[in-house]
Amino acid sequence: MIPELGHFALILALCLAGLQCVLPCAGIFKKNQAWMQTARSLVLGQCFFITLSFLCLGYAFVQDDFSVAYVAQSSNASLPWIYKISGIWSGHEGSLLLWVFLLSVWMLAVSLDSRRLPLIFSTRVLVVLGMIAFGFLLFLWATSNPFARFLPLSPIDGRDLNPILQDPGLIFHPPVLYMGYVGFSVPFAFAVSALWGARTEELPWAKWMRSWVLAAFGFLTIGIALGSWWAYYELGWGGWWFWDPVENASFMPWIVGIALIHSLMVSDKRGIFQSWTILLSIIAFALSLLGTFLVRSGILTSVHAFANDPKRGVFLLGFLLLVIGGALALYAVRAGLLPPRGARGRNDDAKIELFSRETAILVSTVFLLVGCATVLLGTLFPLIYDAFTGQKLSVGFPYFNAVFIPLIIPVLVLIPLGPLSKWGHNACRDILKKIKIEFIVSLVLAMLLPWIFAKTVSMGVVLGLGLGIWIGLGTFKSAFDKIRQKGFWGLSKGAWGMISAHGGMAILVIGVTLVSYYHVERDLRIKPHQVLEIADYQILFQSIEPIEGSNYIGSRGYFLVSKQGKQVADLRPEKRTFVAQGIKMTETAIDPGMFRDIYISLGDPLGGGSWSVRIYYKPFVRWIWAGGLLIALGSFLGAWGRRK
Amino acid sequence: MNSIRKRRLIWMVILGFSTAIAVFLILMALRQNINLYFTPTQISQNRLDEAKMGRRIRIGGMVEKGSLVRGKALQLEFVVTDFSHRLTIQYSGILPDLFKEGQGVVASGRLVGKDLFLADEILAKHDENYMPPGIKP
Repeated sequence: MIPELGHFALILALCLAGLQCVLPCAGIFKKNQAWMQTARSLVLGQCFFITLSFLCLGYAFVQDDFSVAYVAQSSNASLPWIYKISGIWSGHEGSLLLWVFLLSVWMLAVSLDSRRLPLIFSTRVLVVLGMIAFGFLLFLWATSNPFARFLPLSPIDGRDLNPILQDPGLIFHPPVLYMGYVGFSVPFAFAVSALWGARTEELPWAKWMRSWVLAAFGFLTIGIALGSWWAYYELGWGGWWFWDPVENASFMPWIVGIALIHSLMVSDKRGIFQSWTILLSIIAFALSLLGTFLVRSGILTSVHAFANDPKRGVFLLGFLLLVIGGALALYAVRAGLLPPRGARGRNDDAKIELFSRETAILVSTVFLLVGCATVLLGTLFPLIYDAFTGQKLSVGFPYFNAVFIPLIIPVLVLIPLGPLSKWGHNACRDILKKIKIEFIVSLVLAMLLPWIFAKTVSMGVVLGLGLGIWIGLGTFKSAFDKIRQKGFWGLSKGAWGMISAHGGMAILVIGVTLVSYYHVERDLRIKPHQVLEIADYQILFQSIEPIEGSNYIGSRGYFLVSKQGKQVADLRPEKRTFVAQGIKMTETAIDPGMFRDIYISLGDPLGGGSWSVRIYYKPFVRWIWAGGLLIALGSFLGAWGRRK
Repeated sequence: MNSIRKRRLIWMVILGFSTAIAVFLILMALRQNINLYFTPTQISQNRLDEAKMGRRIRIGGMVEKGSLVRGKALQLEFVVTDFSHRLTIQYSGILPDLFKEGQGVVASGRLVGKDLFLADEILAKHDENYMPPGIKP
């Protein structure tokens, strides 16, 4: 009964979404206030029914209702309850329901917050969001109903959740990432609404949009960081980024999101770059949709691809073309009407000079967008090539490193210069005078530190480390300046947000550089009681013993890590075989540290008591995720701050 | 032509040029890093001119049952098949968890002989129903 209730609620939500596209929209054209006001109640109703539907699916999972095909496919009676819950978004249908559910949450937040916006504008925003919701609900209902029954021969037990997904990191990774993806629909709706009314009105839409962009970006950052962290310890080969097509799909909106946040700041404070900001918000959402399309259509096979149905891909592609094509057409017609309003009103022609914060931001956003375009090219190239020649190929990760990194270096150089320079104009000499010391110090440290600690220096390390220290020192300098001016408590949340995010970027860059250049990876064949050395550490393989868990059997290795005779850690990596599907899984054991991780994962038994084992030394790898978290914290602070 | 137009024209030309150079460099980087994908049948049908001995390519197929042989240290060898042709693959390292005899696998590396492939990376898919492209049971 409960799954039918969920299905029914889904259909009701679809009807409400349809109404939301039509009724308030008619109100806008007829200038009928009462009709426009229906948008809020329609959103409330939609949110209620989608939540109900989501809870029904959750109930079916927790109650092990294997007559529902989707539950049978991705759950099992012996699963711990928490993984039954995360089973909801482990497959195509459920993750799409999650998408729609989060969209309705964002929509509800916008409608609750909409009282500070003019009615006509908030109505437009909700109509645009309603259209997106309608499209996705239609998609869900027509091609991927999660409540479809498997009758009369329903299985007694489910096929089990893919063991690789049975992990705490994977409980949160999809919802948080989706929260970010879907969140970019809100700035998109604001941008379309601004274009919609561009002929007749001049509204400070940039100010209204700000918090939404920052919030969505914060979620996206945490989602990506969680995914990277999960891949690091769960996939068992110690990488934290693979340039996998699906990773790229989340990375591209992230990059454009950075550009959008900064361009939006200029639009908000200076009234210029308005059409650039609008274009960026359309692109950010387009890339979010493209990401959904790439992952869900299954045209790219990767870690994340589900088993697929071509109908779904066609529907999503059509929807993508409709939404983005429509928005870009509107942009082409209307963007010219957006007035460049200067800080002092329309007649301030808002001149910008070469050395100014505006230029720093403009140049960075252009580089970010070009960088994103190269990632897009690398991601889609196999598809394009296959379509024209029928030859399959893949683009190797060296392409991304070779093209993306040089494009992003100018942006990294500019990060500390932005906050230190002034709006409008700035003498080149002034800026140079301000950061001369920081520049020299970061250069010297970048050469000295690796030489002292690692005894080897290479161009890449000096460049990466130098950039990281440069961003860190420059950010510290601008924080110090601001505090001296306004006092510690006088700084706005937005300013703290900037400091946290830029500081996080410094930490991220340092982490990426050091782990890429100084990691030590050894795959070897080893027997119990053997000792091996890796970067100052001695590792003793003590023994290996059989283990048994609630839904798996396997072996556990016992390793003792010591440094200069002192024991540092004892690590117990495992190899598990999940009974239901017969899938093997590696459970790595990591001794985490601020400056280095020791990482051990078991390979296979090779006979004669010996095992293949991976033993890795990963310096500064935690800095990558710490930096990501600081960036997210910064954007949440910015989203929270200055709301009028 | 007035001066504003002239300046704009110059900017357009500069912009056009730099875009062309950037696109050229990007395409070069792309060319050097694409890994073409072949099935054992394509390899055996003398399509080696395309595969170019020694160039990095990918091979996809099913791991033949009972073909996995381990050597010293982490050396190992197995056979991939697309049910009409076979190719021996040599690899040194740790196999992914989802590597199983009788299931799909994609190997990246270089062809060193007519039927010997030296792999430096082995990928197995996370979905047990996965079939490498171009393979029909």
